[in-house]
Formats: sequence, C-alpha cells, structure tokens
Amino acid sequence: MTATTTDAVMDLDEALERFDPVFGLEVHVELNTATKMFCGCATGFGADPNTQVCPVCLGLPGALPVVNATAVESAIRIGLALNCEIASWCRFARKNYFYPDMPKNFQTSQYDEPIDFEGYLDVEVDGDDGPETFRVAIERAHMEEDTGKSLHVGGATGRIQGADHSLVDYNRAGIPLIEIVTKPITGAGGRAPEVAKAYVSALRDLMKALGVSDVRMEQGSMRCDANLSLRPRATGSQEQADVPLGTRTETKNVNSLRSVERAIRYEIGRQAAVLAAGGSIVQETRHWHEDTGVTTSGRPKSDADDYRYFPEPDLVPVAPSAELVERLRGTLPEPPAQRRHRLQSEWGYSDLEMRDVYNAGAVELIEESVAAGATPAAARKWWMGEIARRASAELRPLADFGVTAQHVAELDGLVTSGRLNDSMARQVMEGLLAGEGTPTEIADARGLQLVEDDDALETAVDEVIAANPDIADKVRGGKVQAAGALIGQVMKAMNGQADAGKVRRLILDKLGA
Amino acid sequence: MPSTRLRGMSALNRDEVAHLAMLARIDLSQDELQTLSGQLEQIARSVAKVGEVAADDVPPMSHPLPLTNVTRVDEVRPSLPVEDALAGAPAAQQRRFLVPRILDEE
Repeated sequence: MTATTTDAVMDLDEALERFDPVFGLEVHVELNTATKMFCGCATGFGADPNTQVCPVCLGLPGALPVVNATAVESAIRIGLALNCEIASWCRFARKNYFYPDMPKNFQTSQYDEPIDFEGYLDVEVDGDDGPETFRVAIERAHMEEDTGKSLHVGGATGRIQGADHSLVDYNRAGIPLIEIVTKPITGAGGRAPEVAKAYVSALRDLMKALGVSDVRMEQGSMRCDANLSLRPRATGSQEQADVPLGTRTETKNVNSLRSVERAIRYEIGRQAAVLAAGGSIVQETRHWHEDTGVTTSGRPKSDADDYRYFPEPDLVPVAPSAELVERLRGTLPEPPAQRRHRLQSEWGYSDLEMRDVYNAGAVELIEESVAAGATPAAARKWWMGEIARRASAELRPLADFGVTAQHVAELDGLVTSGRLNDSMARQVMEGLLAGEGTPTEIADARGLQLVEDDDALETAVDEVIAANPDIADKVRGGKVQAAGALIGQVMKAMNGQADAGKVRRLILDKLGA
Repeated sequence: MPSTRLRGMSALNRDEVAHLAMLARIDLSQDELQTLSGQLEQIARSVAKVGEVAADDVPPMSHPLPLTNVTRVDEVRPSLPVEDALAGAPAAQQRRFLVPRILDEE
C-alpha cells in the first residue's frame, strides 16, 4: 500500500517557532487472557479463520455475554499502575455502528463510566543534562472488545477502496482490549514527537511488567491513534495555556514506536503549512502510511459518528470491592523506569550503555544471564554483540536466535575458569548461533581448549623470538607495542589455543621489557 | 444522551423507517413499510411519555435487577466448528464471512 500526497509540509523548526503543538494518544492494548472478553473462545494469534468463534462473539440471537474475571482484574491492575482512580461501580455500553468487523453491529465498550480514570504516567526523555521526566496525564482507561479482521478482495493490493467484496474472520472479535486515553498533552513544545514516543514506549514496558499483554505492536496487540492540534505561540504577556486549542486531527494506524514519533512530526509540519497559508484544519480521521511517512485524509468526523451509546442491558455492572483493588495493588511490579535505574547501578553500566541495552530489548536477558552466573560486563558483551547485530538487521527479538541466558552464563564461565580465551569464546558463540548445542558441547566438539602445557608454550615463544631477531630487538629496546607481532605468531603456532595474555607476559619477560 | 434522543423521536416517517431498515439489513416490502411506519410511530410516542414523568433527578435505569460482578473464570470453552459458524452466513469464501463491498464507489 503506497500513499503519496501533495500536501505541503512546513519545516519542523519553523513550525515549532510559530505554533505550539498539543497532542493526545489513544492506545489499545490487547489483553493476553486465555479467552475472550465475554465468551470462552480461545484468543491465540494466527489460528485458522473463524475457528475461535461462538454464538456470543458472532452476535447470534439469544446469546448472552458473561464478563471474563481475569480481564477485569487486568484492567484494574493497569489502572493502578497508571496511578488511576478505580471506579467502584461502572457499566458496559453498546457503541452502535454498522460495519462488518463487528457481527453484532455494535461493539461492547465503556462510555461515560470507565473502570480507570484520572491517572498519570511519568516518562523519560533525553534532556540536555541526561534523562528528564515528563508527566503524561491519563484521562481514562476502559474495557472493550476487539473487532474482526477483514480481507478486501478485488481492489488494488488489498485496499478497501475499490474492493469488490470483503472476507471477514471473527477470531479476533471479542478479544479483551483496554483503551488508554491521555488528556491533551501540552507543554512538550518541540519535544512533542519525542514525548509521544517515550509515552508509548513506557506504556509498553509497563504492560510487559504487569504481564497483562504481549504488547507486540507488529502483531497488533498494541495499537496507537494520535491526536494533534496546533495553536499559535503566545505573544506578549499572554500565557501559552490561555491560548485556545486548535482543531485536531486523529491519525490512525500508528503501529510502531518509530511511527509514533514520525507521525506526530509529520502532522505538525502539515498542519503548520495549512495554517500558515491561511487555511483551516478539518477535524478528520487521517491514516498514517509507514512506508511513505505521510498521513492522508480518511473521512471527516460527521453525524456518521453518532454511535448512540447506551448501557449494555445484557451485562450487569462491574463493582470492584475495595478489598479486591487493594489485593491487586499488592501484585503491582516495580515500575519499569525505577527497575531500570536499579539494574543500571547494580550492573555498573554507563547511561549510554544502559540506553543501548534497553533499546535493544536486552534488559531482561542480561538480568537472567547475571542471575545464571554471568558477570554484567560479559552478559552485555555477548547480548549486544553478534546477537544484537543480527536481531537488528533481521528485525527480530534477541531471544529468537537460540541463545539463552544459561548459554551466556555458561560461556562466560568457560572464559573465567580459563578454559577458553576470547577468540575461542567467539567461536563458541558462532556455534550457539548455529544451534550446535550448549557452550561446553560446542567447545568439546570444536576442540577448543586453552593449552595449559607451559613447556609447549615456552618452546613456541622461544622459537618465534629466535625467528624474528629484528622485532625482538625492538622490544628489548623498549618498543613494547612491537610485541604484538610476536604474540600473533605464537598464537598461530599454538593454533589459537593459548591464553594471549599469558603469551604476552612470557614474551615481555623473556625480552626483559 | 440516549434519553434526549428518545424525547426528540416524536415522529417517525416512512423514509426514516426505510433508512433504519436498511441499516439493520431488514428487507421490507412497500406494504410492510407502510404498516410498520404507523406502528413504530405509535410505539415511539408511547415511549416518549416516559420523558414527561422522568424528572432530571431520577437516574435512568439500565438494569432491573440489583446484580453486580457476574463473571466467569478465564477458561477456554470449545468454539463452534467453522462449518457451523459459517452456516448462517449468506455467503462465505476461504472459511471467512463474505460481505458486500464496504465503501461506496466515489
């Protein structure tokens, strides 16, 4: 799907000089419950079409929904982790619309009685002097159900426009969703795109820490819509907060962390160009196109958005007791940012090292490796080396390459115990990536073992010195770095199976340097 | 919000009934439209009477029984065989429900 546009876009710096961006994010999180929100159908990703459906989620006449207790608990835990109030009594509502992704012709959602409301999430962005905290106010988080998936047939490359008909799979229809809505976020100024990305990223970490969702954006278990408006910069003695908000657009389909930042940035530039040319912003839904990095107009908000919400008569109200809420509060994990700071100080990583480790998704793997006995430095070296390079090139998670935390700890053990040197350890890592077994098995199979026979080593050193009198003289004369060439030759003579540090010490001893 | 709409729904003409029928995918003949317009109008007028007695301090009732927290354990139950799931569909293809074109031609 390639979208092009003729919309003018103002340079971001210029746009931000003239306008103050205000944005809001709606994030949908698919819960990882075993069953759907209102029926016992399974929720596994990738099942054959329409094999996880029943009379309830197909909206057949007479079917009655019953709420999934675990989904409600997850919703409350999410609310607590977002510092929200938890409603003591709330209802579901029907959001009525006619579109084939919901077979019932309505989506069961919550309207003016969300289960979680009035919270906040602190997110970290890079400031001039290290990380800075920005508080994002949460308006609400409510429970609802996901929709089915459509295939559009007969048009150009699967687009709904020009399609002849559509084929619908309702496996996803009814999977529990939590929609988390921020208040309008003001005061981020030029850092709006960065704050937006940091917020979605922090939310993802939080959901992962809570264990309530897979939060795999590429599989759609976490999805984001971004609202944005611009208002003029305050002039004179006027406070920026007193300048009325501009008309906003809602950009859909922003489904990666990188896209969140890009889409906000693009929409700032586009709206600024419209406003600067004397135009006005149309309140509308826009679609983000990952490939071309632009948004295009969807449909204008209109009377068609009259969803005629009313309380769902088939579901009784949800009234979490204070005891339940307190019990769930006791299950909250350490906040991810706090945990990151704690681990960084335990591991002795620099800010930059920790950021790289975090961005590569290696925090948990390093934590496990250290728990399994690796040193923090070695754990970082192995996960952030060849594995990270491949993961980044192939856009796959680090854990996907067959190397486990136990492997890393075992490999590090082979080095610290003196069996392997660094280059041998690298060969073992190659073997791990090729699926050849455990580190010890690979070292055995490949015959990797430092030579502990000091006589053999000494003989090799003597021979190399004798064969290279010029270099040996240089070293004797104080040019210690010239010893490198000798070390290389000794290592070669030993087939790489010697401890390079030891070889160096021997050579320098013998040459009196 | 629904209540204001209900109050405003004093008259239902034939065109509106036809529109609702279309949205609900109910195929009505001209005769049925005629009959139903009259009947629905009567129903809507009767229901609107509730609005005359309901004061603003009376919260609208959504559930007649004082029940809360009816939930089920998160355990998988068998789904329908896909053939049964699709049996009621007017059309199916590739084990999916086939629906007519969603967007109008522009």
